Amino acid sequence: MRGADDTTTFQFDGEPIAFRAGQSVGAALIAAGRLSWRTTRVGERPRGIFCGIGVCFDCLVVVDGRPNQRACLTPALAGMTISTQSGTGWTP
Amino acid sequence: MSRVVVVGAGIVGAACAYYAARAEWDVVVIERDQVASGTTSRGEGNLLVSDKGAGPELDLMRLSRRLWLELADELGRDELELDEKGGLVVASMPDSLAALTEFAEGQRSAGVVAQPVEDLRSLEPQLAPGLAGGVFYPEDLQVQPVLATQALLAAAIARGAELRCGTEVLGFTSGGGGDRPIGRPLRLRLGDGSTIDADAVVNAAGPWGSLLGDAFAAPVPVLPRRGFVLVTAPVGPRVRHKVYAADYVANVSSGDAGLQTSCVVEGTRGGTILIGASRERVGFDDTLDPLVVRRLAAQACALFPFLREVPLMRTYRGFRPYCPDHLPVIGPDRRVPGLVHAVGHEGAGIGLAPATGHLVTAMISGALRSRRDPRSPDVLDGVDARAFAPERFASAVTS
Repeated sequence: MRGADDTTTFQFDGEPIAFRAGQSVGAALIAAGRLSWRTTRVGERPRGIFCGIGVCFDCLVVVDGRPNQRACLTPALAGMTISTQSGTGWTP
Repeated sequence: MSRVVVVGAGIVGAACAYYAARAEWDVVVIERDQVASGTTSRGEGNLLVSDKGAGPELDLMRLSRRLWLELADELGRDELELDEKGGLVVASMPDSLAALTEFAEGQRSAGVVAQPVEDLRSLEPQLAPGLAGGVFYPEDLQVQPVLATQALLAAAIARGAELRCGTEVLGFTSGGGGDRPIGRPLRLRLGDGSTIDADAVVNAAGPWGSLLGDAFAAPVPVLPRRGFVLVTAPVGPRVRHKVYAADYVANVSSGDAGLQTSCVVEGTRGGTILIGASRERVGFDDTLDPLVVRRLAAQACALFPFLREVPLMRTYRGFRPYCPDHLPVIGPDRRVPGLVHAVGHEGAGIGLAPATGHLVTAMISGALRSRRDPRSPDVLDGVDARAFAPERFASAVTS
């Protein structure tokens, strides 16, 4: 059922995440209680927001099929489909 | 034991310290900042024969390449991240391919392996279609410059060398006392107020080598030539070789002070792609210039279209030690007996460091043995060292 919720959520690994206007994807994820969403390429260790200002590239997600997007800099938009990224996000 | 003071703990200073320690000199390395904190950490770690035409610099590089491979055996290939990846020079248009082919012929006559490549994408599948052709240089190598510097210094220290960071050499007083094999040693004044006596002083201060030369009243015409490197987000092993456009060689050999960019693209062990290379003479101004970043990124995307979808993670920039004739300054300075220069390698310092350290050590040891004023030997290990002698600038910098 499509309702008011649909205009203020994006999909994250198949689940709706609510956000406020102007919030970044990363901020919305943290507000929803998600602290990590990527694993490192070598040791598969958990990563989420570290610097929060676009420098460290730790918070990478796949946004509408595009890998290596920084959750901290990506404005949350209704209807986005976001998924966790494994490895480099690229298929060799 | 005779003492050599090496000024600068970049790759060249580290190599000089390593070979001097191996020759059983008492080695003290003095670095005003930190190990590899200058030019050494601002490049890509190129060990290129491909960008050098037949001549003394190519001879020096071929000697250095042999020494790098020896060092990999001795210090550990992984310690240096030495990678025999090979270089691929590509020409987009038929006329630039003709110039590249002629250049490669000259290199082949000097002993370089240079293989014409028609099907570029068999070597580099991600290259743009429609490029005219290229030449593959299997002898081009890469090292991680900071790791290599650390490994060389650690090996020197294991042989008794001393490293002092955080103080600089201000100049020298009159010669100090002591029973030294040649003449009187130089008494160096340091920034911390102390002095140190040295039978030989090696100027390995990179682009700041002209300042050190001035402090010794022995100027060398080394100028900073700024360069940017872009680093992408990790994409894994998508670029296999060092790939660069044929106009890179023309840019390297240009004396123009204005901005020049030519495309150099390569992958790293960490999975990022490094994109170079810009050249401009703007003093020691390290302002980030978005125009340079944009030009480099556009050129790289033209060569490797997949890069259009790859985020740029960061950029860094540094200063190559540039000499007007594009040759390093390696050898004793006649104006100050005991002072030996090892500067001015421009963008080739990582590649040329071992040969430089080897030559410098042979020069100071030879001078010591013969008990006469140090002077440049003519030919060492197949390299005509006269091409690098500081006195080639004598008419320009003395009088």
